[in-house]
Amino acid sequence: MRKLRVVIAKPGLDGHDRGAKVIARALRDAGMEVIYTGLRQTPEMIAAATLQEDADVVGLSILSGAHNHIAPRLMALLHAKGLDDVLVVIGGIIPDVDIPKLKEIGVRGIFLPGTPMQEIVEFINANARARV
Amino acid sequence: MKTVAEPERERASSFCTISGRPIARLYTTDDVADINYARDVNDPGTFPYTRGIHATGYRGKLWTMRQFAGFGTPEDTNKRYKTLLRAGGTGLSVAFDLPTLMGRDPDHELSLGEVGKCGVNVMSLADMETLFDGIRLADITTSMTINSPAAMIFAMYLVVAEKQGADWKKISGTIQNDILKEFIAQKEYIFPPRPSMRIITDIFAFCAREAPKWNTISVSGYHIREAGATALQELAFTLRDGVEYVQWGVDAGLDVDAFVPQMSFFFNAHSDFFEEIAKYRAARMIWARTMRDRFGTNNERAWKLRFHSQTAGVSLTAQQPYNNVVRTALQALSAVLGGTNSLHTNSLDEALALPTAEAATLALRTQQVIAHESGVANVVDPLGGSYFVERLTKDLEDGALDYFAQIDRMGGMVEAIERGFPQQEIAESAYRFQQAVERREQIIVGVNDFVQTDEPPIEILYIDESAADTQLDKLAKLKRTRDRDAVRRTLDGLRAAARTTENLMPRILDAVRAYATVGEMCDALRDVWGEYEEVPRI
Repeated sequence: MRKLRVVIAKPGLDGHDRGAKVIARALRDAGMEVIYTGLRQTPEMIAAATLQEDADVVGLSILSGAHNHIAPRLMALLHAKGLDDVLVVIGGIIPDVDIPKLKEIGVRGIFLPGTPMQEIVEFINANARARV
Repeated sequence: MKTVAEPERERASSFCTISGRPIARLYTTDDVADINYARDVNDPGTFPYTRGIHATGYRGKLWTMRQFAGFGTPEDTNKRYKTLLRAGGTGLSVAFDLPTLMGRDPDHELSLGEVGKCGVNVMSLADMETLFDGIRLADITTSMTINSPAAMIFAMYLVVAEKQGADWKKISGTIQNDILKEFIAQKEYIFPPRPSMRIITDIFAFCAREAPKWNTISVSGYHIREAGATALQELAFTLRDGVEYVQWGVDAGLDVDAFVPQMSFFFNAHSDFFEEIAKYRAARMIWARTMRDRFGTNNERAWKLRFHSQTAGVSLTAQQPYNNVVRTALQALSAVLGGTNSLHTNSLDEALALPTAEAATLALRTQQVIAHESGVANVVDPLGGSYFVERLTKDLEDGALDYFAQIDRMGGMVEAIERGFPQQEIAESAYRFQQAVERREQIIVGVNDFVQTDEPPIEILYIDESAADTQLDKLAKLKRTRDRDAVRRTLDGLRAAARTTENLMPRILDAVRAYATVGEMCDALRDVWGEYEEVPRI
């Protein structure tokens, strides 16, 4: 089986990329192929990168509070591109009240501050299926 | 009876600071043998100011308790400022939202979901008038965390001051205006480095003439540290950024004696108590020596490093949030013992959201307890002469000067940034720290030890979309009611000036007075300079 391919994306205007970069390295060290998009990605850019990179997983890093806008748009775009089997996870600052809504639209993993990297690695390994 | 020698075993095989600096068991006179008191330390108020820039320390004047705040609309934030001032805050500090920081109006595609979320949205002079409604700018000092659009926001503040009848020559405050740390760490840049540096030297020149009491820049290590730097990297990159600004000012033909005294600094107050104190002491010493020896200034005011500090946001945990009150108190104490000139203490709920009014008040009370109850403000630099603190101070100075030499060899900080040097150094430290946490070599109470699973949730501030709707309505109304010709004319003037070497501040003031928006003014400059794009590196 090929390695899992993960797109790590930083949507919105926020530039705090410490989390995105640390998790990108951790996933790479855990044997995944990681594509880091860099900053200021629109949902359209992220969906395009997911398709182009043939990614199994999309990880969004959002700390700014814009998740309620970005996540639904990204999910709709992935759906439109037939990428429903891509595992979408979000890391960052997400108020508790927003978590059920995000889960409902198909965001499978939500990782809050203080989550060990190992937990995220295990979650991705257990929930993403590398497409052949 | 047989005596048994005390076992030499220790809790760990080695001990180090949170930055990974090895620490010996004990420090003695041997460790300070190479430190000469008059040369390297000296009394407070005397060169090189290691012990402080004021002979009287906090006996003369306490630090300014300046709480960073901003959210939602200018109306929302104006109310919070009035609460903070009533609670005994002694200065204001404006947090802007991401659209404002990035020079985008609320109706721009990238502003979606971000208006008023991380700070207050200010798009035009009208918003600035609302933000300071009922607050006399002549009577307070205001710090504004704004970088790429610093000139525009500062111009708005100046015009509000003017409308209130305040004298520009007398008003005081700070604009962060530190673009280098944006490229290095915080990443809220718009224009490429070189034109960005030009705006900053324009502000230096303008303020030396028009607003001599204003701090034209707050050279910031805070964000560098938050991005994962060690204490040493924070110290070294921040001060080297400071050197870069001075050099660009000199190259632009400005007088060091005139513009350097208006520069200020901003450091993180992180968790390793003594290392932080040593960092502040080293910062003053390095700056004084660098200004005297490298730039040859004999103006004492240019030697004295003045700094704001803020407790480490990155150290706050979402788990057991009340622990954050304790962390913040200790961090604040280190900044005070290090001689900070002003201080922001974080609120206990900031790993979860922007702070509630109650949490923000408790954070301010933390400073007041340190100032008025602990007794530490009654004596200047109480840790001066500590073998350990003096050794750490000297080691941090040496380490920072090594980084200076490395960056000088690259041709300067702009060049170092262009090749990704500080960015890579910081990313490496961030990853190392995370690994230490995962291996539990670094304990974070409530996160990787002393974990509690039955925590009740705390109440947090939830910012809904109403701020965005309000700001969008206001923007539409503004565009209908302002003098369109004046807007077009002043924006054209700004665009044209950007192509020359003319000082941009008067042009920006013209556009601000015509109620041009931050987005429009930044777009005018984007037309000329383009936007900076970072090469993504892991």
